[in-house]
Amino acid sequence: MTLVEHARRPQEPASESHRKNRAWKNRLFKAVMLFSMFVAFGTLAVLLVDTLITGWPALTSQLLTGLPSTVSEEAGGRPAILATLYLGALVLLLSVPIGVLTAIYLEEYADRTRWWNRLIEVNIQNLAAVPSIVYGILGLAFIVRGIGVGRVVFAGGLILTLVVLPTVVVASREAIRSVPDSIRQGAFALGATKWQVVWRQVLPSAIPGMATGSILALSRAVGETAPLIMVGAITYVAFNPTLFGAYTALPVQIYNWTRQPDPGFQTLAAAGAIVLLVIVLSMNSVAIFLRNRYRRQW
Amino acid sequence: MPPAIVIEQPAPLALPRKRIRWGEQFVHLILFIAAAISVLTTVGIVISLLMPAVDFFREVSPVEFFTGTTWAPLFLDAHFGVVPLVVGTFVISFWSALLAFPLGVGVAIYLSEYANQRVAGVLKPILEILAAIPTVVLGYFALTFVTPLLRDIGLDVEIFNALSASLVLGVLLIPTIASLSEDAMAAVPRDLRDGGYALGADKLQVSTRIVVPAAISGIIAAFVLAFSRAVGETMIVLIAAGQLAQITFDPRETIETMTAFIGATGNGDVPTGSIEYKTIFAVGLTLFVITLVMNLISIRLVRKFREVYE
Repeated sequence: MTLVEHARRPQEPASESHRKNRAWKNRLFKAVMLFSMFVAFGTLAVLLVDTLITGWPALTSQLLTGLPSTVSEEAGGRPAILATLYLGALVLLLSVPIGVLTAIYLEEYADRTRWWNRLIEVNIQNLAAVPSIVYGILGLAFIVRGIGVGRVVFAGGLILTLVVLPTVVVASREAIRSVPDSIRQGAFALGATKWQVVWRQVLPSAIPGMATGSILALSRAVGETAPLIMVGAITYVAFNPTLFGAYTALPVQIYNWTRQPDPGFQTLAAAGAIVLLVIVLSMNSVAIFLRNRYRRQW
Repeated sequence: MPPAIVIEQPAPLALPRKRIRWGEQFVHLILFIAAAISVLTTVGIVISLLMPAVDFFREVSPVEFFTGTTWAPLFLDAHFGVVPLVVGTFVISFWSALLAFPLGVGVAIYLSEYANQRVAGVLKPILEILAAIPTVVLGYFALTFVTPLLRDIGLDVEIFNALSASLVLGVLLIPTIASLSEDAMAAVPRDLRDGGYALGADKLQVSTRIVVPAAISGIIAAFVLAFSRAVGETMIVLIAAGQLAQITFDPRETIETMTAFIGATGNGDVPTGSIEYKTIFAVGLTLFVITLVMNLISIRLVRKFREVYE
């Protein structure tokens, strides 16, 4: 009896002050969220504008084609920019095949009840979060101990490959996983072997996702500084780099310019940063474009 | 004793023996080798850190290393107390986390609960671009823009100070936290939200009392991962926070982190076998262990939150 009465009792209308209080809280919460967005995007905008304004005077053809110098007016970054392009090419050539093959293994072949396959998985998750400078220590140990090829572009490329490999693997795995199983079953039903299914059905469908992940990884590699400092990308390189020769990379060159007391070098550092930002951000834009263009609904 | 019942075992399905396809086997092998490279990398990292670190601990006692409060490995009167570097690392990580955690979650709630799809579709790539800025550029920005700005607003900061490095690092962490937290929030089923609305909750209540608690382990995992990133970040602190190993919790002062020491000392021409060389590995090992523990915690949490709604 009481229960029924209780259920039938019309709800008390919310008091006016209570409602106002709620509306006010909602507005405040929205303001806090918009402030969060503002901090993130505002900082990005200020950073880009400030770098552009500071670096603009030094953004000349000399920066792109000149050689490093102890005099800021004569200094350029050609060897560093070239070496960065070489490094990028190396990372692309090494990390994409290894990363994609690893992803295929983990998604299509690995038997997850086996401990070694679970080990590989956990291991890659961990590697993704190892600080990049630790990879630099790895490189330093191998180079200093004389195992490896020395302080050359090729060694730098190897280390950067290891840094970004987990990123490539994770992205490729996601791309492979998004291919629906019905495609595989269909191909198996037609008598295809496992590799035929992977090679002719799964991979072609997963290519856009893999390309996006690989380009993002590449852009990260191009901007990495810390591991390259450790494996001896040296300050002063007055010649074009070769694959097995001494080198400096653009981020390392920027770092070295920021350490010079002469204000002219500060301007150069900003100009170098503009070049680096153009390279990195255009790669990111391509990746985002690819992802949006080829996003496939199954 | 009941009589034994003999069941006639049916003959196993006799399919014709499969022909071994050597090409397929070969492919399998190649794929396995590619996957094994990552394990070899880890083994390489551990060995390359451990061997010189063991040498180091033969010369310097672990007790001095882990409890000593003076870090001066390159001086004539050398001291090898790693505490100032660890404190420096955690001061930077603490302040950047303090900035990044609320803002990152704010961005995540906005993108997941408030923004419509078109707005989110524009904002998310911009966040990705923020995350993609090379850290050397961010360090330069902290040193040449943020530090003078802090002085202009009347804060008495050193040229190299923990505060400007923390602020910039904090902003860099926002996208990391936002994207991982948003993934966790997206995994919260719609029914829970609708249930909240049906009971008369408003958007604020649904967001903070239903979505955030339901996604909490994912959000915590994002925090842990972001914190571990802050611990391992090198260039921003190397450029903007300086190289003065001292125990201070005042972010206006110059400090040195573990990563900054490694980056400043290991420039590729350290003489092998010198104590200076071994020190890099001892500090590197400490850094590696700290980040490894955090990553394992984060992986566990993520796994837990994935299981909830599946």
